[in-house]
Amino acid sequence: MSLAITTNLTPQQNWLERLGAGHIILAVALVLYPLVASDFFLTQIGGYSLIFGMLGLSLMLLAGYGGMVSLAQITVAGISAYAIAILGNNNSNILGFGWPWWLAVPFAVLAAALASALIGWISVRTEGIYTIMITLAIATATYYFAQQNYAIFNGHSGYAGIRAPAFWGIGWRDARPFYYLCLGLAVLSYAAVLYGSRSTFGMTLQAIRDNPRRMRALGYHVTAHKVFAWLLAGVIAGLAGVLLVWFNGRVSPGTIGVDAAIDVLIIAVIGGLRHPIGPFLGAVVVVLMQTFAIDIVGAERFNTLIGMVFLVIVFVSPDGILGLWGRIKPHLAQESLRPGQ
Amino acid sequence: MRMHRRTLLALAVFTGLTAPSMALAADDTIKIGLLATFEGPFTVLGEDGERGAMTAVAEMNGTVAGKKVKIVKGSSDASPDSAVRAARKLVEQDGVKVLVGPLSGDEGIAVKDYAKTQPNVTFINGTSAAQDTTLRDPAENFFRFSTDGAQWMAGLGTYAFNDKGYKKVATVAEDYSFPYTQVFGFMAEFCKAGGHVPSKSWVPIGNKDFSSVIAAIPEDVDAIYVALGGADAVNFLTQYQQGGGSAPLIGGSITVDQTVLTSKGKLRDVLKGTPSAGPTADTNDAPAWKTFVEAYKKQPGAFPSPSLFAHGYYVDMKATLLGLDQVGGDVSDGGKKLRDALSKLSFDTPTGKVSLDKNRNAIADIFLTEVTEGADGNLMNKLVKVVPQVNQTLGIPEDEFMKLGAVNRDNPSCP
Repeated sequence: MSLAITTNLTPQQNWLERLGAGHIILAVALVLYPLVASDFFLTQIGGYSLIFGMLGLSLMLLAGYGGMVSLAQITVAGISAYAIAILGNNNSNILGFGWPWWLAVPFAVLAAALASALIGWISVRTEGIYTIMITLAIATATYYFAQQNYAIFNGHSGYAGIRAPAFWGIGWRDARPFYYLCLGLAVLSYAAVLYGSRSTFGMTLQAIRDNPRRMRALGYHVTAHKVFAWLLAGVIAGLAGVLLVWFNGRVSPGTIGVDAAIDVLIIAVIGGLRHPIGPFLGAVVVVLMQTFAIDIVGAERFNTLIGMVFLVIVFVSPDGILGLWGRIKPHLAQESLRPGQ
Repeated sequence: MRMHRRTLLALAVFTGLTAPSMALAADDTIKIGLLATFEGPFTVLGEDGERGAMTAVAEMNGTVAGKKVKIVKGSSDASPDSAVRAARKLVEQDGVKVLVGPLSGDEGIAVKDYAKTQPNVTFINGTSAAQDTTLRDPAENFFRFSTDGAQWMAGLGTYAFNDKGYKKVATVAEDYSFPYTQVFGFMAEFCKAGGHVPSKSWVPIGNKDFSSVIAAIPEDVDAIYVALGGADAVNFLTQYQQGGGSAPLIGGSITVDQTVLTSKGKLRDVLKGTPSAGPTADTNDAPAWKTFVEAYKKQPGAFPSPSLFAHGYYVDMKATLLGLDQVGGDVSDGGKKLRDALSKLSFDTPTGKVSLDKNRNAIADIFLTEVTEGADGNLMNKLVKVVPQVNQTLGIPEDEFMKLGAVNRDNPSCP
């Protein structure tokens, strides 16, 4: 009762204030980015970072709010990517039912979400490092299954010749439309996670993360909440998988290998798990490093450089780039106060 | 705080360095992309490919048609996705108009597909040797001066049946398009001569434990045909030998390559006497080959003898440079002149004459070899026989060859 009164007493914020200055500046910058970026920077850096940011976001949702660290997010994305290849058109002469995109995409995302819920259901009884291990096992098993199954997955070659759809007179794999498509879906996922984290379900999930026994004693169905979180994370990873297959134009076991699974974890860890913006920051750093490290130190040692940058970030700030920001912010606030005095 | 600023600075510097690199490329340099595997199970192979390509560049003193050659490198991990991503970076960010690579079979097919979307860029293969890269649905701007995996097997099937007397052979090969092509090339001759292949094992790239594969090989075979590359070959051969396996081996081209022969351990005893075939032979005493070996050895970290990856990348890079030389380094017309020149190009490599067929796939000499110990204790491939000017259809008329069907795990078959 008292809670309701306090809510009524808080002054009404308009939607601009509620959005926050940071979000508005970021949104304007991202929308205007195509004006300054080349096609390569739009898709290979921008689009790719947004896609991997979404994968990191789905992991952040599980790990940050649910305390469940998953290595299987790329597997979930792979399931929707393969679904697009199988249900839509490909030029590998295997399967390819030729469904239109508006039918294939919902099915692919649904399949990914259900698979994610299933993975969650299997792993939800474990905690901490055991969740990591069991999801790693699922990711590895799926990788080898795709690699060695020819009837459905077409083995090591996978599927090629997958085209992003063209509608409303726009080819959605062209640099600008594709960037905006990625941006749109990333913003949607980001907003959904941010909103969800403050919803009743989000609060319950965070409470379960902090003390599952107490929540169980209070009468909450802990397993159901966790599995539902997996389902939601699966929707985001599934959307990222659709974008990924349109981006590459192909999908093969290499797309969903253990390397890629670990990339997603690195992205989330480097970015930080405390706020949904973290994975996107991490994705930008990782994608830039993976693309350009070879130009800095040459072909023989570039992976060493990538590893060292990651080490430095985690060394300086154990909770990622977000943690760095958290440490710098008080200093900035102090400085900005001074001129006013 | 300080660290944060430094990170930002580093980011700003390297985006600044790379973004305007297109604009900085002056008229007196030609940029060539070099795509090879510098990560994953084929790293050693990719590094030797790079040595081969750099040998060709060094041979021309780093210039072509009076312009300086600038090599921009891209790395893949042998998966088709990573190859396309690296190729995109080289073409769309670094702005190369000519790209040499990639190394491995499925990568080649993926890059060929990508080539179709970049009609103004000329793609010259590295050592990727899947048959379908050029035989079926080829790209107008994709050239292969190194031959394909089935061509590399020319003469081996007949030799194994007639000279070695093997009637029943089991095969163990990696599970992707290049080993399919190799097994196809071997079996095309071996089955025709009257041989039988009762079992074929396909193992994933990067496999570590081969015990189940070894257990599945039938007891009564006369020999085992092995087409594995790099670390996979070393792992399989070591485990086969430790498991007490004693059947003689027949080697795929990259199984008895310098990338495997230089590995240490008891493997040496197993490999001695293994017949194989491929685009090179270590004991080739042709002067051109010896000159090439000397030039190759000047590259840092070189093997005692160039691997077929060094050779393949050398031949393709050399063809690229010769083609560029013929057009005066001019690719401003979207590379049309260059592609015309390359299509007609025919030149003498360290391993004989190379020319292209109508699908832009090479016709070249193939070497039948046997592994032997050299005077200095190094294992090498002794030249047994040269099969001259093998074409992509292995001398079979094209329509008849196409009827054999696309290579895959089940084709061909002669149990």
